[in-house]
Amino acid sequence: MNLSGVEWEGVARRAAGILFLVLGLLLAAGLCTASTPGENPVPNIFEPHSTPADSIFRLSGFVLAITGMIFLVVFILLVYVVVKFRARTTDSPHEPAQVYGSTQIELAWTVIPILIVVVLFLATTRVIHAIQDAPKPANAVEVIAIGHQFWWEFRYPALGIVTANELHIPVSDPANPTPTYLKLLSADTDHSFWVPQLAGKTDLIPNRVNTMWMDPHRTGIFLGQCAQYCGTQHAKMLLQVIVDSREDFQAWANAQKQLPKQDESASAGRNVFETTACVNCHAVDGTMATGRFGPDLTHLMSRSTIASGAAENTPEKLRLWIQNPDAIKPGSLMPAMKLSDTELDALVRYLETLR
Amino acid sequence: MSSDAIAIRAAEVGGRPWVEALHDWITTVDHKRLGILYILFALLFLVIGGLEAIVIRIQLMRPHNDFVSPQVFNRMFTMHGTTMIFFVIMPFMFGFANYLVPLMIGARDMAFPRLNAFSFWLTAFGGFLLYFSFLGGSGLYGAGSAPDVGWWAYAPLTSRAFSPGHSADYWTIAVLVSGFGSIGTATNIIATILSMRCPGMTLGRMPLMGWMTLVMSGLVLISISPLSAAQIMLLVDRYLGGHFFDTQAGGSATLWMHFFWIFGHPEVYILVIPAFAFASEIIPVFSRKPIFGYPVMVAATVCIGFISMSVWAHHMFTIGMDSAANTFFVLTTMAIAVPTGIKIFNWLGTMWGGKLQFKTPMLFCVAFLFQFLIAGLTGVMLGTAPFNWQLSGSYFVIAHFHYVIVGAILFCMFGAIYYWYPKITGRMLNETLGKLHFWLFVIGFHLTFDAMHIPGVLGMPRRIYTFEPGRGWDSWNFIISIGAFIQGVATLLFLANLVVSYFKGPRAGNDPWDAWTLEWSVSSPPPAYNFAAIPTVESRRPLWDRKHPEDPDSRYE
Repeated sequence: MNLSGVEWEGVARRAAGILFLVLGLLLAAGLCTASTPGENPVPNIFEPHSTPADSIFRLSGFVLAITGMIFLVVFILLVYVVVKFRARTTDSPHEPAQVYGSTQIELAWTVIPILIVVVLFLATTRVIHAIQDAPKPANAVEVIAIGHQFWWEFRYPALGIVTANELHIPVSDPANPTPTYLKLLSADTDHSFWVPQLAGKTDLIPNRVNTMWMDPHRTGIFLGQCAQYCGTQHAKMLLQVIVDSREDFQAWANAQKQLPKQDESASAGRNVFETTACVNCHAVDGTMATGRFGPDLTHLMSRSTIASGAAENTPEKLRLWIQNPDAIKPGSLMPAMKLSDTELDALVRYLETLR
Repeated sequence: MSSDAIAIRAAEVGGRPWVEALHDWITTVDHKRLGILYILFALLFLVIGGLEAIVIRIQLMRPHNDFVSPQVFNRMFTMHGTTMIFFVIMPFMFGFANYLVPLMIGARDMAFPRLNAFSFWLTAFGGFLLYFSFLGGSGLYGAGSAPDVGWWAYAPLTSRAFSPGHSADYWTIAVLVSGFGSIGTATNIIATILSMRCPGMTLGRMPLMGWMTLVMSGLVLISISPLSAAQIMLLVDRYLGGHFFDTQAGGSATLWMHFFWIFGHPEVYILVIPAFAFASEIIPVFSRKPIFGYPVMVAATVCIGFISMSVWAHHMFTIGMDSAANTFFVLTTMAIAVPTGIKIFNWLGTMWGGKLQFKTPMLFCVAFLFQFLIAGLTGVMLGTAPFNWQLSGSYFVIAHFHYVIVGAILFCMFGAIYYWYPKITGRMLNETLGKLHFWLFVIGFHLTFDAMHIPGVLGMPRRIYTFEPGRGWDSWNFIISIGAFIQGVATLLFLANLVVSYFKGPRAGNDPWDAWTLEWSVSSPPPAYNFAAIPTVESRRPLWDRKHPEDPDSRYE
């Protein structure tokens, strides 16, 4: 009969081994989805490219190490208890010794957790202070980010630029940092700005001004999306941060400051744009279109996506978006414009001139 | 007393028309019947909330899936959350408290039997009202639809501008009404525990279930009140031109967050403390030892109760509070890990040196210990504010709190049913089906919720009806969905076991587990009024004393 006990212990040990293996694999898989340098990375909080994200990454490593150790100790104790004290048929029929408690032991497992908590608390406090109370350098780039249902508006007050959904910022050289400071506002409901590799998330809340900063250490496109439920199309409120070299950023900013060139061949489309409801919500600099409810279209063609990342910025998708927005983003606030095919063609041709 | 008359009549049921039996159940003020009603109500909504989870998981099986529209998906997660919190776990816990507390403390009923019935029907009405929204949600607009504002219903999504129609009102009023029911039952439980214990049952001899239910009820009184106030303010906003939360008229979105989470965090403990109570009753019996460190367990529970009221803003680390406020809430959040850790060690100490019998209730409680350990540690990670700035609002948080709510609370709920079903029905549940349910559920649970941490780390936010391919989320979501289906199958097995065993299970007898608390001293199911003669107790384990007169507990306490 003792045999069965031994066998069971073996099974339990194997089961524990498998569990460890699975947990380890899960963790490893999670951490190793890291992309190779040069490529545009997929989001991963453990692959930071900016100081706030990096401080969080370091803190998280520390926290993971401590919690991992606690896990191991308690897990092993639990497995030991379950295996060792299992009732066996060979046991005597009597009840085990009735133990009611032990002040020393209970004191130990009160005091040790308190010490661990103190250490974790102090480490956390340092990082909170370092990120939240960092002084703003004079040469910081300032951007106002405004959350809308369901897209992002970005304004550069010092440069006089207004754009949407794709945030361009300069790379920050650690020797001479040019961090970007975001002032976060909301036009309607709560949203949250989250680009995992650059910084933790901060909410955009109506009637409230929040701030956050990031100083990307490398160029590239960093993906994120709205992280606070904001309504029907919360899922397709995608976000790109395009980190340019300083020269590229300067060139981009200069191009954004120009008015788009008037193209006479697109005047029919411009006419459609300016005589329909488009202008109620959209703005194109230098024209009578000054709506602010939807994204600024002055340099629409400088963006790679439309509908806040829901579709590629191609003529076909643009046409579909104007004709039937629900096909791309059901529940978005862009109305179906109900234009004739000729009007649609002309309008798309006009939009394509907004470079 | 009229309550006596009805209960006596109920006890004589048998061979009478079903209408009369139904009438008895609907008009009952008997604590055991109300307990059963609460539990059946919770199980019904568990199935509904589970189906909603399955819809969510089918939709998220692959990127850009179109199984349901975004509107339907948003209703599903709103209803899933609201249902599981307010109409599954809370009624379930109240049901067991109702059924067991009078039996455990040697009382014949609750202190206020009619308030008890009133509270149950308020909760039930709240639940049915919430689901009526599928028909009446948009009122005269036509088809009707359920609320889609998320189970926290953050302002200003609930304002008239963003939630026209009545779907948000159904949410508000259903939660408000069931909240009044919760307050009634909590008051009743507190009164019962404080004033109806049998001779000899001092507070220090009360079963831990009594203590934990007492603390839970206190938390209900303190935390449901601000929630109810906020719901009323929201109704004022929506119908009487108030501007508490209406940001377009200068109201405050963060005010709602504070109101909601000052309810919402104690709520977590309202749900989990009864789960602790089940574990604290089941683990000793199947370890054949008394609970290790009873006074410390009580102190830790009371301590958790108090600290839980000071941690609410850790749900709001991303709203832009200043560094001092963030630091404060990090400290309180981490402090709560200490009494919680003490509990885990005390359960471990209870098992240490025992003779562990792995019957189904014990299996669920042991799995609870493993899973609650992990839930607690991911909780510590989330409690470090900067780490939280990355993890909050992501699938990591979903994984964390489902580890608490499923891995800890639901596992203990299953354990409680396997443990007390014989007492409630007089029949044993099928042990083989029970073990199959357990192992299937463990596999499904770990597939779903272990995997769920990873997409969170990879930047996948919660509450999205679809996701972009190529971000490393695809296969994780597939695994998560498969696990959910396995949990669904396991739950069906469980329900089948409940039904079949009710008719075919072997007779349980008074005390099938050789346990030590007073409920096992009476017949199964217990007679009307529980005790023919009110018992007198001399220790925390009155039945141990009776079974071991040569070595009673009273000698050591």
